[in-house]
Amino acid sequence: MKVIVIGAGVMGLTLATELDNRGVLVEIYERGCSVGDKACSWLAGGMLAPWCERENAPLAVQQYGKKSYQWWRNYLQKEGDLYANGTLVIAQSRDRQELLRFSRRTENFEWLDGEALRDLEPDLADRFSRSLYFADEGHLNPRTSLQFLVERLQKKGVAIHFNSMVDPKSFSQDIVVDCRGIKSKEDWNGIRGVRGEMLIIKTEEVTFQRPIRLLHPRFPLYLVPRKEGQFMVGATMIESEKRHSVTVRSMLELLGSAYAIHPAFAEAEIVETGCDVRPAFPDNLPRIKQEKNIWSINGLYRHGFLLAPIMAEKAANAILDQNYKLEQLYEYSCK
Amino acid sequence: MSLILYDEKINSRLLVGSAQYPSPALLVESVKKSQTEIITVSLRRESSGSQSGQEFWHLINQLKIRVLPNTAGCFTVKEAVTTAHMAREIFNTNWIKLEVIGEEDTLQPNVFALVEAAKILTEDGFKVFPYTTDDLIVANKLLEVGCEVLMPWAAPIGSGRGLNNPYGLQTMRSHFPHVPLIVDAGIGVPSHATQVMELGFDAVLINSAIAGAGQPEAMAEAFSLAIQAGRLAYKSIPIEARDMATPSTPIMGKAFL
Repeated sequence: MKVIVIGAGVMGLTLATELDNRGVLVEIYERGCSVGDKACSWLAGGMLAPWCERENAPLAVQQYGKKSYQWWRNYLQKEGDLYANGTLVIAQSRDRQELLRFSRRTENFEWLDGEALRDLEPDLADRFSRSLYFADEGHLNPRTSLQFLVERLQKKGVAIHFNSMVDPKSFSQDIVVDCRGIKSKEDWNGIRGVRGEMLIIKTEEVTFQRPIRLLHPRFPLYLVPRKEGQFMVGATMIESEKRHSVTVRSMLELLGSAYAIHPAFAEAEIVETGCDVRPAFPDNLPRIKQEKNIWSINGLYRHGFLLAPIMAEKAANAILDQNYKLEQLYEYSCK
Repeated sequence: MSLILYDEKINSRLLVGSAQYPSPALLVESVKKSQTEIITVSLRRESSGSQSGQEFWHLINQLKIRVLPNTAGCFTVKEAVTTAHMAREIFNTNWIKLEVIGEEDTLQPNVFALVEAAKILTEDGFKVFPYTTDDLIVANKLLEVGCEVLMPWAAPIGSGRGLNNPYGLQTMRSHFPHVPLIVDAGIGVPSHATQVMELGFDAVLINSAIAGAGQPEAMAEAFSLAIQAGRLAYKSIPIEARDMATPSTPIMGKAFL
């Protein structure tokens, strides 16, 4: 049995990994010229934050997100860019109501006072006092993680064809799984793109061990530390499928919030700006479907890294076992 | 009697904003539960240009209710006028909720720019719904330039503080007995909306208080009921407050024991 996976973003690569683990012969086609070239997961924050996401996501995201986090830990804990340092949620004192609101909608956190915050993130000391600490969360570097999966698959003999734009319908002999995200919009009802913009900035003056989420009534933002003094700053959520560069407004909002977290970011270099479109269904939950020999997984929205492993597991089970009862995430959240 | 806005008969006195919902599915559910007939849509905030939010606009159009595009996030007359024109093209309506913001922290309207933009837009055939303060002179100027509806704030946008100045709102009602007045911004909980309706306002616009609630669809229903209650109470002519108790059963005729 051979399975063709189309798309080498986080969904395609986690699925290929799951299938390969089960002894299936897998082949991957990707239109980009290298890993991440055309994948929106390349621009992801890489936060593994099932509890924080509960702020405005259904319970299914929290429950399945926990399992996905475990999946990433199994693969990346030893040699990868994965950190189990938790998440800190902060707000400026005039927005303290936002912290209260966040705390009412989420669970599995502790309230920290200024001193406890200093112990965790000395660079936030005296700038913020009360904060929420989600100790069981983590984060990864999406780029090195995708590369890790690619190399692992290649080592195991899986062929990955880059620069290969293919039509799922052209493989009538094999099982095909379409993981192309927004690119396969025409094959789904109700899928839409949600534009996201992000920046990577660099400074040696600030050090964080974990993602920092700054709550703000209008411009909530997160900062994810990466190696070599880099920080990913994200991300806007705009109901639009346009891919033009970051707008002035978005850049101002993102950088204004970063500056509010620490004034030393004013001297940081802007290393990169990025923009792409997340595929999403109306309830912002992903779906798996099958039409003859073609399976499709789509709509991971802003939860690519948080939900891809669990979607991959579900899809692999369903593809290999006709008796497997596929439970969709939206069914779970209706319970 | 139902509400008349620019010669259109409207049956629901609740207007709902479409921003900040956790998902489009919850937006749709909340709009249904609210029984609203008018939904506001912000062009600048939800998308980055006229052609880009098509999926979202499609979803809004599927609701089959009247769309009131707004110019949220505009800081100048020019920006607001441009946005209004974009909105007219996309939604095929000459209704426009006009917001010209004067200050980032309070999102207070810049009333000078507001009057100017309202004048330009009404001359251009728009039916303008201006987001304004409770200032009577500004209200007068807006009516002079052709607005037939006024939308005063209760408190700053998204603050959820309720009626900051009930006296100001009451004065506005008395001063303009025949102009449709819709409170826009600052409502936090359904009882605020009831209060507004008890003052005799014609309708209330809610966005954050529904979209930001833990269960938006249930909160939408709560607001719908609260607004109906307030309207009914206003029309029923409430009793006056008194300093002393008055017995609700007559003392005369009671059996003395």
